[in-house]
Amino acid sequence: MARTRAPERTLLPGDEPLSLLRKDGSPVDDSPLAMPDDDVLVELHRRMVVGRRFDTQATALTKQGRLAVYPSSRGQEACEVGSVLALRPDDWLFPTYRDSVALVTRGVDPAETLTLLQGGWHLGYDPYEHRVGPQCTPLATNTLHAVGFAHAARLKGEDTAALVMLGDGATSEGDTHEALNFAGVWKAPVVFLVQNNGYAISVPMSKQSAAPSLAHKGIGYGVPSVLVDGNDVAAVYAVVREALVSGGPTLVEALTYRIEAHTNADDATRYRTSDEVAAWLDRDPVDRLEAYLTSRGLLDNERRAAVAAEAEDFAASVRAKMNADVVPSPDELFEHVYATTPAHLREQAAVLREELA
Amino acid sequence: MTAVTESQVSMAGALNRALADALAADPGVLVFGEDVGALGGVFRVTDGLAARFGDERVFDTPLAESGIVGTAIGMAMNGLRPVVEMQFDAFAYPAFEQITSHLAKLRNRTRGRVSLPVVIRVPYGGGIGGVEHHCDSSEAYYTHTPGLRVVTPGTPDDAYRLLRDSIDSPDPVIFLEPKRRYWAKGSLDQATSIGFDRALVRRTGRDVTLIAYGPMVATALETAEAAKEEGWDVEVVDLRSLAPFDDETVCASVRKTGRAVVVHEASGFGGYGAEVVARVTERCFHHLHAPVLRVTGFDIPYPPPKLEEHHLPSVDRILDAVARLQWDDEVVGVRGA
Repeated sequence: MARTRAPERTLLPGDEPLSLLRKDGSPVDDSPLAMPDDDVLVELHRRMVVGRRFDTQATALTKQGRLAVYPSSRGQEACEVGSVLALRPDDWLFPTYRDSVALVTRGVDPAETLTLLQGGWHLGYDPYEHRVGPQCTPLATNTLHAVGFAHAARLKGEDTAALVMLGDGATSEGDTHEALNFAGVWKAPVVFLVQNNGYAISVPMSKQSAAPSLAHKGIGYGVPSVLVDGNDVAAVYAVVREALVSGGPTLVEALTYRIEAHTNADDATRYRTSDEVAAWLDRDPVDRLEAYLTSRGLLDNERRAAVAAEAEDFAASVRAKMNADVVPSPDELFEHVYATTPAHLREQAAVLREELA
Repeated sequence: MTAVTESQVSMAGALNRALADALAADPGVLVFGEDVGALGGVFRVTDGLAARFGDERVFDTPLAESGIVGTAIGMAMNGLRPVVEMQFDAFAYPAFEQITSHLAKLRNRTRGRVSLPVVIRVPYGGGIGGVEHHCDSSEAYYTHTPGLRVVTPGTPDDAYRLLRDSIDSPDPVIFLEPKRRYWAKGSLDQATSIGFDRALVRRTGRDVTLIAYGPMVATALETAEAAKEEGWDVEVVDLRSLAPFDDETVCASVRKTGRAVVVHEASGFGGYGAEVVARVTERCFHHLHAPVLRVTGFDIPYPPPKLEEHHLPSVDRILDAVARLQWDDEVVGVRGA
């Protein structure tokens, strides 16, 4: 993709979200964004289809008791996939609990992605192997980790940026504001991707913020801010890539929607209407890209079938891995609390071993 | 390390030297926080460091404690060794979530893959005439959190050594600096190292063990001197490491003396002293001639400066506790309590 770096980036987001593809998949003629290369678009499609299948598989696994809980990101695939594929190999991702599709897109093993939600341990993967921070459950705390990480990279002379994901609710947390402020002062290479899916569990945007948009929250901190159509994967990719290579911080608000409930334990019919959901289904990110790719001759039935088959294989491998019972070792309770296990924990480990003997 | 013995170095000076030596020894060490740059910290502990090491390694941050600790976590994940200052004890509370939910747990959550060598320096405690929110003793909050090391020096020499050890530690350390002792001078013998996790018998005695730490070490030593007039030979144990706890050194002392008083500035209820009493009682019961007592601050919010002398444990109050330890039923009054 062509690197377009404006000499001075404006702080103010536009009134309308930036986009490259309309709802029906037709291209936006006068978009200021550069359309990603064809091979990138094809890859974005493949990863979204696989990601969605992974998401539905994980949801099914909760019904089988294989996962303690699963927060679906169905409907948010353009954000999850578009932003992650925009990362350069050395860049880091700081995800939240809802970003499992982002993790598998980054190449994390699906079983390791789900370890947290499965209850086997708090984290399944090695953050350094994939350059992915631990999935963050407290909201917004990871924004500061991303800023610190990126600032350290700058101090070390590395051209590494950090992408931190957060939701609309997380923008109400203090840490988001401290992170934006630190990033602005330090000019840290961090992209804050706010996936505004309309609801913080049940609380709608109207009760979350009085700002004209969440992207406006960057202005006061001197952080350039962009409003993007979060169901347009080409636009999300273009915006996030440009932000990652900008050398400084960017706040990206991606307008999207979570089709499923907050988690499998939530009842979304209590706080939103089926008409609203239907309207968003009509803006489906996968359908939209498929329509565009088809019109461009980049996607035909054969290719579509091949991608679908890959997604099924992926789901089957997830099922196979998750159907194996995980029995974590109680000994591990006492490991990794400190670099070297202190005496009182060695004593407690011995007590537990005796109980289990 | 080269043996350098100097007399009359303040604790603040010893801490400053420890920071300077750590910055010189490891290019990954960073010092940051509020007013730590040009000003050199409100207690001047970071005096001259920015000028010597540059503003990429010693720098002022926006005024935001959660931001300071949260970014320190990210920097440590990226291979650096941040040493951050919280300025005052009660000002650290906005960072509490970052400390307890992330700093303390990331090694465990990642099953040892992420190491966070972060030191959080917290000037703590009272006795300086500070107004509200400047004099809290917050050790119980941190020691209750697995994954954190919590240490506090009682002397300039310990301040130097413990801070160097803390910066070298692969685990996060809450480094509590007794601010009323910043200007108290002592010798600095940088060659001495008794171990990061070890308590230290500061004064040997036969009759009673005073268990103290941080700001109360000096008060306990004063008490021991005063107790001589009463005919009591008092041993003083300086815990140094509040977590992990050195049961061995403490219990060896209590088994010898058979009597113990735990002293701290913080409120007693649910406080750190309760943990010490419990550990000593569980391990030394048959060696005890009396219940293990606590002398602590009252269970009140830290009082205004003109009343703090009534709140803080004094030599007299500790001597009273020692007197009660003679296990005269009428004095101790346990049965009627």
